Amino acid sequence: MSVALSAPPPSRLRLGLRAGLGVAVLLLAALPTLNALPADHALHVSDFIVSVTGKWICYAILALSLDLAWGYAGILSLGHGAFFALGGYAMGMHLMRLIGPRGAYGHPVLPDFMVFLGYTDLPWFWQGFQYFPYAMLMVLLVPGALALVVGFLAFRSRITGVYLSILTQAMTYALMLAFFRNDMGFGGNNGFTDFKELLGMPLGTPAARAMLFYASLVALVGSFLICAALTRTKYGRVLTAIRDAESRARFLGYDTTQHKLFAFVLSAMLAGLAGALYVPQVGIINPGEFSPGNSIEAVIWVAVGGRGTLAGAVLGAFSVNALKTWLTSAAPDLWLFVLGGLFVAVTLFLPRGLIGLFDRLRRRRAS
Amino acid sequence: MTGRALYLDGVSVVFDGFRALNNLSLIVEPGELRAVIGPNGAGKTTMMDVITGKTRPTAGTVRFGDTDLTRLDEPSIATLGIGRKFQKPTVFDQLTVFENLELALKAPRGPIACVKWHLSGEARDRIAQVTEEVGLLARAHDPAGILSHGQRQWLEIGMLLAQDPELLLVDEPVAGMTDAETEHTAAMLVGIAGTRSVVVVEHDLEFVRALGRRVTVLHEGSVLSEGSIDHVQNDPRVIEVYLGR
Amino acid sequence: MRLLFLFLLLLVPAKGRAQDAFGAALPGLAGGFAQQVEAAERLGALGDPRAVPILRALYDGRLLRGADGALLIRDGERATVAVTGAAADAAEAEQVRINNRVRAVLRGVLGRLSLVSSDPAERLAAAEAVFRSRTAENIPLLEAALARENSARIRERLELALGASRLAAGDDAERRAGIVALSASASTEARSVLLEARAAVPALSSEIDAAVAAIDRRLAVRRAAETFFQGLSLGSVLLLAALGLAVTFGVMGVINMAHGEFVMLGAYTTFVMQEALRGIPALAPWSLPLSVPAAFLVAAACGAAMERGLIRHLYGRPLETLLLTFGVGMMIQQAVRLVFGAQNREVSSPPWMQGTLELAFGVTVTQNRLWILVFSLVVLGLTVAAIRLTRFGLEMRAVTQNRRIAAAMGIRTGRVDAFTFAFGSGIAGIAGVALSQIDNVSPNLGTGYIIDSFMVVVFGGVGSLAGTLVGAMSLGVINKVLEPYAGVVLAKVFVLVAIMLFIQRRPRGLFALKGRAAEQ
Repeated sequence: MSVALSAPPPSRLRLGLRAGLGVAVLLLAALPTLNALPADHALHVSDFIVSVTGKWICYAILALSLDLAWGYAGILSLGHGAFFALGGYAMGMHLMRLIGPRGAYGHPVLPDFMVFLGYTDLPWFWQGFQYFPYAMLMVLLVPGALALVVGFLAFRSRITGVYLSILTQAMTYALMLAFFRNDMGFGGNNGFTDFKELLGMPLGTPAARAMLFYASLVALVGSFLICAALTRTKYGRVLTAIRDAESRARFLGYDTTQHKLFAFVLSAMLAGLAGALYVPQVGIINPGEFSPGNSIEAVIWVAVGGRGTLAGAVLGAFSVNALKTWLTSAAPDLWLFVLGGLFVAVTLFLPRGLIGLFDRLRRRRAS
Repeated sequence: MTGRALYLDGVSVVFDGFRALNNLSLIVEPGELRAVIGPNGAGKTTMMDVITGKTRPTAGTVRFGDTDLTRLDEPSIATLGIGRKFQKPTVFDQLTVFENLELALKAPRGPIACVKWHLSGEARDRIAQVTEEVGLLARAHDPAGILSHGQRQWLEIGMLLAQDPELLLVDEPVAGMTDAETEHTAAMLVGIAGTRSVVVVEHDLEFVRALGRRVTVLHEGSVLSEGSIDHVQNDPRVIEVYLGR
Repeated sequence: MRLLFLFLLLLVPAKGRAQDAFGAALPGLAGGFAQQVEAAERLGALGDPRAVPILRALYDGRLLRGADGALLIRDGERATVAVTGAAADAAEAEQVRINNRVRAVLRGVLGRLSLVSSDPAERLAAAEAVFRSRTAENIPLLEAALARENSARIRERLELALGASRLAAGDDAERRAGIVALSASASTEARSVLLEARAAVPALSSEIDAAVAAIDRRLAVRRAAETFFQGLSLGSVLLLAALGLAVTFGVMGVINMAHGEFVMLGAYTTFVMQEALRGIPALAPWSLPLSVPAAFLVAAACGAAMERGLIRHLYGRPLETLLLTFGVGMMIQQAVRLVFGAQNREVSSPPWMQGTLELAFGVTVTQNRLWILVFSLVVLGLTVAAIRLTRFGLEMRAVTQNRRIAAAMGIRTGRVDAFTFAFGSGIAGIAGVALSQIDNVSPNLGTGYIIDSFMVVVFGGVGSLAGTLVGAMSLGVINKVLEPYAGVVLAKVFVLVAIMLFIQRRPRGLFALKGRAAEQ
């Protein structure tokens, strides 16, 4: 008694989204080229636009990583900024090592802040960061390891929901306090800055800006594709199942601790990657990146765009940050009201974010 | 038939001084269909919780074949071959009927295995077969969230079947079902038993009678009476418990 | 002060005789240098406080000899008669001269005489000076001073100085008495004096070692007591901050990330009350106590508005509630920043909350910390009473335990929700009044407390006020005990990690609700 069951066709929204995303990527890819045009050319794009868009791309990767944890696995992390910052610090350590004797104190190995604080030797955890591949490995491994430990302890004792959210917030808060200390060996209050070069490219030049922009764009597209592929497998459906009824999934035989841990660690690594791409573009990393407010802002990007859809996360990161960039210069006092208002409006009126809104509008037009 | 027996001996569960289970002993033979009845608070659900690892017993032994269940957590017990259907149907609302059954289907459960998982023709056929068995073929690609209460009951039974367990624990399967559906369910459970063991907890005595198998009556956390439905219905202690208050 | 002075005079034995000797010694001050030295020494030996201004005037070159031979003290343009203090005409008077030898003697005499000065601050300074000089000659003087002294604090310094002086004496009996006296005083100074003497007097080393050990023990007890109090004090702050959360989150299950902002609103209410009552002299001293109900009402009103307007639409969706309340908190913070400015606002403490208080064993505590500790316990008591004893508390417990049954019994659950939330928020406002006394009143006052409060509630056990009390106090004490070893920041980090590990063992906190209800 075999019965044929065919797979359902992809919805029209999905198809529309994919086309839209493709166009968006092409438009973004054109930005550095348009920037290279003469300044009086009609299509010229300013340096500001390119650098600010480069930052947003990094934010979009962070939003993707958060969406994987929250939108799919139901882990509302209020500490993803910590993974982003750790990736940024790992990249920052590499950039600091590359300064070499060009620092203000001219020490051949030690970064300026260490000379200033009276260090005589490089701390052990700074060894190896002069090598790009090692630094890149740490960009992924350090946030991943933190997520592994915190996630293991939390998931194993079935800390879920708001408890987990507060726990992750406490995690980033504790890290912020720790990184503010001078004796941690990470530059304390001031963090790292005055970077000179990356992969032999002097930073701050148009060429370097374009390269970093393209690297970030490639990373965004790559992360998107990885997440999309992953969420389409049975693993993605297990995550959805855990998100909606974790205890039922356990009775079906799924070790939800393992599954959540896998998603959480992967998500932390993506966040670390985003931070690593962000730091050379903005030229500084300091403990402020760990502030709980940053993590929560990332949550609102995902919520505004629509959690549980990857395109929503990216859309949210771009639209909220565009709004922020505009408002903080046009009406700085208003920004926090608008951000707070976004939290209220999205949770009350747009539970599925902009993507959900588009979906509803399309359905209404169809009927 | 080389299945494993379920063996509970002297199991007690104490919540804050309240004895939910009190020195409960029960053996379910391989392939047996056992009905468990009892008034509210008799400890039926707690017994299920103890078997599936949700609650740790304060005292006593719980074994499945040679395996000590009290040391295992829920996923390990489930992969061992013990499936459970809840009193309140719980399915994954966001996933379709097909996907719900796919997740229940017997297969490796680790994250990597799930990433690598490829839906073979065989698996697809098995899902289709179960979908038809529970009468949800027309709704295979609908999200479970939009099903009616009865359909959700059926889907959960289907998930239990897809899981292919050695022992099925079924908590009030016919609540909210029509008479015809109840009959169908009884026939299905009787059909399943024989190749696997089934423990059914139910209030509906007509349904238990329809099953026509051995019945265990729980009262205040321990076994009050055991035997055929006629035997227990004529047991004066059972009559007192059911009618005496 | 005058009364005290008279009292001191009464204590002086053989007053009449002393007065005669005092009068007899004075004229010598205006004589030759040798005479001056003798007169100063005699006055010093008498220990009469009246000599102090005269000797000081002599030292400063302000002592005049009048035409009639009376001693006058010049004070700017005016002059007074030395003994009586009556106004005098200094037109024909000439200054009494002194040389370096007289000056040196005067310094010593003045130092010793200050021990009996009528000004407590001067007596204290003199006791310190005598302690530093540490010579056996001072022993009789110190004994005399101790006999009249009745300020506990100065007595303590005098005893320390006496012990140290005895230790410097020539004979062992006197030294032993010194060791005993010092070991009783249990201060770090006594300890270092003893250690110094140990090298100088090897014969008594075993006695000295025993005395040092005794001091160490008492110092350790005192340090422990002070650490414990600091811990309780931090705990009381945590308790105040967490108590409201224990009601809204613990009892209602609603996570309110704007809780810290309600605390902040309470602190700003205190500031506004202080400014508003400044113009009303009758009420101004009461601004802090009056702020308590005011802050409760302000925060409760905000809480009720937020619950009715927003939160109730999200019941059963805790993560959304978390985000929503976070957004509201952000807006409240920004609104306060726009109205009051981003800088800190000054809220002054009433006089009865200032200063320090000395308890047994020399343990000192600051008054405001002590008041806050008492206040937090009172607020806890009132909260428990409100929940246990009032009709509102009964309905609140009914609704949280079984909403549907409560509704079926005619309880208006919506109103109870609003009141419960307002109640929890109001307690947060009260916490703000207390925090205005020890923390900076700024728009982000509350931000630092939300995580700590949540930790307290989780650690203590959600839904248990006793757990909140024990959780707050133990976290406070643990923090303060760790601080000397790990520093403030790492102590905080350790506590966070410890709570995470603790939750591994007891996922439901210290005071867990058990049984079926807790399984849901």
